[in-house]
Amino acid sequence: MKKLFFSQKAAPYIFVLPFVLTVLLFWLGPIFNGVLLSFQDVKQQTFVGLKNYSRILTDAIFFKAVLNSVKYTVFTLILLIPFPLLFASFLNSKLMKKPGIFKSIYFLPALTSVVVAGTVFRLMFGESDQSLMNQLIGLFGNSPIKWLRNGDTAFFALLLLCCWRWTGVNILYFLAGIQSIPSDLYEAAEIDGASGLQQFFSITVPLVKPTTVYVLTISIYAGLSMFLESFMLWKGNNSPNNIGLTIVGYLYRQGIEKQAMGYACAVGITLLIIVMVINMIQLKATGTFSKEAE
Amino acid sequence: MKKRLLAIGLSLAMTAGILAGCGSGSGTASTAGSTAASKDTSAASTASTASTASTASTASNQAGGKTEMTVSGDNVTTLNVWTFIELHQQFYTDMAEKWNEQNPDKKVKLVLSNMQYDDMHNKLALALQSGEGAPDIADIELGKFPSFTSGKEIKLRDLTDVIEPYKQNVVASRLNIYSKDGKYYGLPTHVGTEVAFYNTEELQKAGIDYTTIKTWDDFKAAGVKYHDATGKEFATAETTAMWMVNLMLAQKGGDYLKEDGTLDVNNDKVVEVLQYIKDMQDAGALGVVPGGQPDNEEAYSHYDNGEFAVQIMPFWQTSRFTSYMTDLKGKVAIAPVPQFSSSDPVKTIGGGGTGTAIIASSPNADLAAQVMAFIKLSPEANKEVWNVLGFDPVNTDVWSDKELTENPDNKFVQFFNTKPFDTLNEVKDGIGSLKSLQDEKAPSINNVFCTTTLTNIFENGADIKTELDAAQAELQNEFQ
Repeated sequence: MKKLFFSQKAAPYIFVLPFVLTVLLFWLGPIFNGVLLSFQDVKQQTFVGLKNYSRILTDAIFFKAVLNSVKYTVFTLILLIPFPLLFASFLNSKLMKKPGIFKSIYFLPALTSVVVAGTVFRLMFGESDQSLMNQLIGLFGNSPIKWLRNGDTAFFALLLLCCWRWTGVNILYFLAGIQSIPSDLYEAAEIDGASGLQQFFSITVPLVKPTTVYVLTISIYAGLSMFLESFMLWKGNNSPNNIGLTIVGYLYRQGIEKQAMGYACAVGITLLIIVMVINMIQLKATGTFSKEAE
Repeated sequence: MKKRLLAIGLSLAMTAGILAGCGSGSGTASTAGSTAASKDTSAASTASTASTASTASTASNQAGGKTEMTVSGDNVTTLNVWTFIELHQQFYTDMAEKWNEQNPDKKVKLVLSNMQYDDMHNKLALALQSGEGAPDIADIELGKFPSFTSGKEIKLRDLTDVIEPYKQNVVASRLNIYSKDGKYYGLPTHVGTEVAFYNTEELQKAGIDYTTIKTWDDFKAAGVKYHDATGKEFATAETTAMWMVNLMLAQKGGDYLKEDGTLDVNNDKVVEVLQYIKDMQDAGALGVVPGGQPDNEEAYSHYDNGEFAVQIMPFWQTSRFTSYMTDLKGKVAIAPVPQFSSSDPVKTIGGGGTGTAIIASSPNADLAAQVMAFIKLSPEANKEVWNVLGFDPVNTDVWSDKELTENPDNKFVQFFNTKPFDTLNEVKDGIGSLKSLQDEKAPSINNVFCTTTLTNIFENGADIKTELDAAQAELQNEFQ
């Protein structure tokens, strides 16, 4: 016993044991159970075979939810990777005075709760002509818009909320990446007469690639699993014409609101597969796997 | 040697410190003990301390949305109640105290938890499904009720036996909406008779006398006239609720399901109703209020400042007027809703509602059922429903009690410039409901209409038949 306890070989396993147990208990267990439930009608306590999955294929609302989530993810990637990278390199520039203040200001929104932020945004984008956004466009002579009842404007509100909240966090990631780039590279480039723009595209962008890959991966996952923002913006899970419905929102509606747990599990498993496939493709394309193999 | 001395000195100092710490602690304790002992009735003082402690805990609990009754005596059964309406807490505890007075051998202590609407229903559904953590009693909203009475086994107690003594005085349609296969599972709170609320001040400016509005055609004509005269909106086309749609459908004798319970949301009567509302909207009689229906935080201000003049709403909207549309005090008249013709099968319907259900697996289910039947259906209870909540009680005997319904001290009587119960008594014999509301498909039908169909028709100008066909297809996919 004592031998085992002080054994150098066993030590690593003992140290990783809590993590392995957590994964088994709280991750693999529920997933396995979820797969099992996805073949059942939970309320009637019967197995229904592939019925839940065949229903997904003919469910227009499910496809609408997938489309919304994918559209949201794509736009967040377009907005939340290049711009934070650019801002981070500005903040890192020697010409920038007091970058600390800007870093804190950018980061502040990430500290607020989505619930609070979502509620404030809902009020900002209210339908009445006294809401902030309607007053703002009123300054330019436009008549009030029903922001959250119209597909495009609602999407704008969702993206604005997302950018407002996550730009600062991504800036911090990129800043850490940029600061790990040796400064002699920039000095050498400067001596060779490279402009700031050339330095950015030829040194900064390629060398922060590991950070970009990381941000890309978590952004894809975060985009596809977005739920709370939409839930708060529409004060519930039911947006007009389902313009704010996401895959997770649909899962919640079916499983929790309609108590169709089996169908919800089928939706969840589908989401898992979609996210896995996308992430695999993306990791492969960015060469993360091959690097490990070297 | 020096070191040892130092060590001893230090350890002494430490021990002394510990002892001092102990001493001061036990000192206070003994002082407290001696004070209690020095009193003649030490037992009484302990009791009083205990009761102070319990009051203190009640107070702190209230802050967390939980209220606990304090009941003295032995043999008190504790019942856990979940509700999503804060006002119900006070009402339930008041009535439970009356029950305890009348039944000293079956005293109960209610522990009430107030949760947000969706949270409570979701939590209850999960508790019942997993078989753990459910309360004894729960308020379930009408729109969610059918999902609790479907499935292999119904986890709610059959309340037919406790309803029986009160049954003859209660509006039958309100009991039926919480029933399945002839068994009652919920105790209704109010009828929710749909009535029309007219802003008389605004209407007079346009020269409209609301008492002449008897049919929907009159309603439409008045709306057009009002809109042309003032430029403001008369009433709303609903996009997020179905108060008016359901009412008109019931008046036409239609429904969303066929007799055998199969889906039929795109039938001709539904088309006719939506077409009628669309025509009213196109003619200018209806606008779309922000928020999509009158009972909505964004809509209140638009009624309050007179931008919209008329609401077709269940009677319980009275409480929204006194709480959220206070500028309208003395300017609102309550009248019966318009009809298509005097030969309509129903004059009006009951809208919305909360059914109190007893969880069958609770060890105190029988007692809970008796207590809640008393709290919600007894004549005393129904008086309180009007006095405290401003709702139209399900026991229609109360409706003719003039002393109660025309009490000048009542804030609802003061608010409106007509006698609220005159209207109710006028339509009393013609309050119906849609049969489909009891069906397990009802929540989904409501969901599709209020998220997609109505929005597309009244906001985006989509074709009615196409939208209804799409809704039918979507629902069929869900209930295949």
